[in-house]
Amino acid sequence: LFVSLFFDHNLFDLKSEKMKQLSTKVTSNGHGQDSSYFLGWEEYEKNPYDEIKNPNGMIQMGLAENQLCFDLIESWLAKNPDAASLKRKGQSIFKELALFQDYHGMPEFKKAMAEFMEEIRGNRVTFDPKKIVLAAGSTSANETLMFCLAEPGDAFLLPTPYYPGFDRDLKWRTGAEIVPIHCSSSNGFQITESALQQAYQQAHKLGLKVKGVLVTNPSNPLGTALTRRELNLLVDFITSKNIHLISDEIYSGTMFGFEQFISVMDVLKDKKLENTEVSKRVHVVYSLSKDLGLPGFRVGAIYSNDDMIVSAATKMSSFGLVSSQTQYLLSALLSDKKFTSQYLEENQKRLKSRQKRLVSGLESAGITCLRSNAGLFCWVDMRHLLDTNTFEAELDLWKKIVYNVKLNISPGSSCHCTEPGWFRVCFANMSEDTLDLALKRLKTFVESTDCGRMISRSSHERLKSLRKKTVSNWVFRVSWSDRVPDER
Amino acid sequence: MGSLKKSGGVNGAILSRIATNDQHGENSEYFHGWKSYDKDPFHLSRNPHGVIQMGLAENQLCLDLIKEWIKENPKASVCTPEGVHQFSDIANFQDYHGLKEFRQAIAHFMGKARGGRVTFDPERIVMSGGATGANETIMFCLADPGDVFLVPSPYYAAFDRDLRWRTGVEIVPVHCSSSNNFKLTVEAVEWAYKKAVESNKNVKGLLFTNPSNPLGTILDKDTLKNLVRFVTKKNIHLVVDEIYAATVFAGENFVSVAEVVKDSEVNADLIHIVYSLSKDMGLPGFRVGIVYSYNDSVVSCARKMSSFGLVSSQTQFMLASMLSDDSFVDNFLMESSKRLGIRHGVFTLGLKKAGINCLISTAGLFVWMDLRHLLRVRNSFESEIELWHIIIDKVKLNVSPGSSFQCTEPGWFRVCFANMDDDTLHVALLRIQDFVSKNSNKTAEKASDNDQVIQNNNAKKQKWKQSNLRLSFRRLYEDGLSSPGIMSPHSPLLRT
Repeated sequence: LFVSLFFDHNLFDLKSEKMKQLSTKVTSNGHGQDSSYFLGWEEYEKNPYDEIKNPNGMIQMGLAENQLCFDLIESWLAKNPDAASLKRKGQSIFKELALFQDYHGMPEFKKAMAEFMEEIRGNRVTFDPKKIVLAAGSTSANETLMFCLAEPGDAFLLPTPYYPGFDRDLKWRTGAEIVPIHCSSSNGFQITESALQQAYQQAHKLGLKVKGVLVTNPSNPLGTALTRRELNLLVDFITSKNIHLISDEIYSGTMFGFEQFISVMDVLKDKKLENTEVSKRVHVVYSLSKDLGLPGFRVGAIYSNDDMIVSAATKMSSFGLVSSQTQYLLSALLSDKKFTSQYLEENQKRLKSRQKRLVSGLESAGITCLRSNAGLFCWVDMRHLLDTNTFEAELDLWKKIVYNVKLNISPGSSCHCTEPGWFRVCFANMSEDTLDLALKRLKTFVESTDCGRMISRSSHERLKSLRKKTVSNWVFRVSWSDRVPDER
Repeated sequence: MGSLKKSGGVNGAILSRIATNDQHGENSEYFHGWKSYDKDPFHLSRNPHGVIQMGLAENQLCLDLIKEWIKENPKASVCTPEGVHQFSDIANFQDYHGLKEFRQAIAHFMGKARGGRVTFDPERIVMSGGATGANETIMFCLADPGDVFLVPSPYYAAFDRDLRWRTGVEIVPVHCSSSNNFKLTVEAVEWAYKKAVESNKNVKGLLFTNPSNPLGTILDKDTLKNLVRFVTKKNIHLVVDEIYAATVFAGENFVSVAEVVKDSEVNADLIHIVYSLSKDMGLPGFRVGIVYSYNDSVVSCARKMSSFGLVSSQTQFMLASMLSDDSFVDNFLMESSKRLGIRHGVFTLGLKKAGINCLISTAGLFVWMDLRHLLRVRNSFESEIELWHIIIDKVKLNVSPGSSFQCTEPGWFRVCFANMDDDTLHVALLRIQDFVSKNSNKTAEKASDNDQVIQNNNAKKQKWKQSNLRLSFRRLYEDGLSSPGIMSPHSPLLRT
């Protein structure tokens, strides 16, 4: 489109005239949707895989969805007809729901959310329903927190690689900036003190006021939970700099490793920082889109110990309230403790088995991943498949995988990774058969390349050495994190 | 920099200006009425002396029809045994284009609500978090911080928050007055535009609600056409919030801006519509807002922004089914219009008995009530607030004072009539009648009762002659109709 505009001057002038009438948000690329992350999606839309109707189509591995446990929710619905038909104790509450638009949200829903969040954290910490602010998905929750904490031009520090959608959610309409905290594969992409300090200095060099740090824990795209060491580091850092910490814990219920999920709330408790000034600067974002696999229902939440933030965010939630029929349905679902405990356990089991399948499938193609213990994806190491250690080569490889292998995976550069060659590959948004097919295609592709031929020739040797590498990564990570789940 | 919390330290911990300023408007004194209601809510049997909520523009008159439809169509819910086979697909669906069936059904419904006089393109339907979200989104798309939108007053109080709070956009009111029944004129808009430009403001557009909140009036076709030509000439945007489109219960047909956009003198890229199901269908809880723009770039941008306020797929799915049911929709629109008309008639007649007039209106869920004659000091906003406090605290009705809508003339109040049952409305009317008769006893000069009544009647007749109110009410008064009765929406008495 733009190429043709350059040749037609009149048309170009007209279009730029028209664009001047609109806001800068329309004309800028702040929504971030020209990034490769989204282009892969567009390719998928044009040619989506279907087992029967389009077996040669593109397999979607770029969408972090959890499709593994719908059957559990469906069977709950079958056993709970009241919730399903907008009734309470057999009486229709349709009118009440139709009219309910109170931005404080449904009390029984917030109570159920608070208890669910507690359950995910092993009931080690408590969440006060009054400190929960509902939002239309964590997309809205994150943006709202930015509006509350940052002026246009203020910066938040984010560890790389990070979820590409943050460029839109945190910056687009708020005018806030993101300054990356560079993490590298040398230590499994963990956050270090020096990386934090460097990012802070960098922000100052750019003339930006740092308002806080935002982390996703467990991490997207890494699929790893933050270690206790990292969490302590973060809390100490924000304490000394007098800034905020946002912990997006949207994947907290997808933790399948043998370690337990450690929330920033755990750390505040353990450091005896509850009810202090610091605790007022720590905020948690949550959503039911990943743990329960319900992204369509748009259920997000902000949890904050700061009354002013709760108050401001509550008012802002008017711009994206949760549908009352959805609040009602989910309050019934999440109040059923028998269901939630069974669900969380089964969800973790299925995710773990699915992740194993992906990892071993990749291994047989001579590909390793960062060892993960959470999330709906793996952070896959394809550096050895790059022609050169550059992002151009990464993009080339990505294009081959998208257009030739017909897999939509997400290149590390779209996640602002500083090292070329890493890709995020999702495993929970398809059937087992589809996953197997994807792995088969990938293996075929790898074996067809020079690298691949080398691999298949000495595959046994290579796999052995790769496994060694994997083990040392694992060992490396374990030495930093809790080994015994019960230990605090 | 707004109020600084005692959060210690100099820089980082301070919250944003947006979080600490009052631009959300909720600390205004106008929330006194709501607070009083929350403390002491009316209930026919449990709390018959409580405050009756007449400040909430809700449409509760036709929820029974919707409830019935839902009961008879279990397939429309993804949770029932009949619909659960769709559960996983729908629960998983977060595409910001929205369900195609939903967009088609909304476009279809919007056309029907406008009597089939226009059609809407489903590809231009963009979701938002209610009209609240839609109005904010359209501002983000059309204006930058510091830009101005002209908005005719009196206007919906929450526009101050929706259009300005997080967007940084400024509202410059186009004041309308009772001298011409608060009608919006092109001249008034032109004047306001000129003044704004002269003070170096960057005017980006004009936004108004049609049918109007709080007036309940609809814009005539000629004025609408001229306004559309005006914005085209000045190359500024026009946003019409048509949230009350299907609440028309009498009189002329509602003319949507969609009907005049095809005019050759109109630049369609400047025309945008905001819509919602919160008023027409009475479903504010379901958060269904729509941005509809004739400008492709705006559609594209608004759609990306809709990620911040998508409609729950559970709700999309249900409404897609409901709104494509033609026989349901046709019956619903007809019944809704009828019931609103009856309710409006009962209420205005009851007010008449108390000597209270309202602006003639043919739409909306409220009346614009004229209480100027009850002000202690004429033309004083202080008196308006005083009167308002009396109405809340003594008469126990939560109504909305005109000043909360930026009305420039004291003494007008918006009173909602569709958010309660018939019995409650009856109680409200009795209280009003009671209050007015007590009040006129107090303010009358010392004279015999008869003289007093005659004087009051004369005063009222004077007011009749002075006011610009239409013929029909005078006829009602002189006919001496004493009982509310049932007024057909097609009654010649209502048609003006």
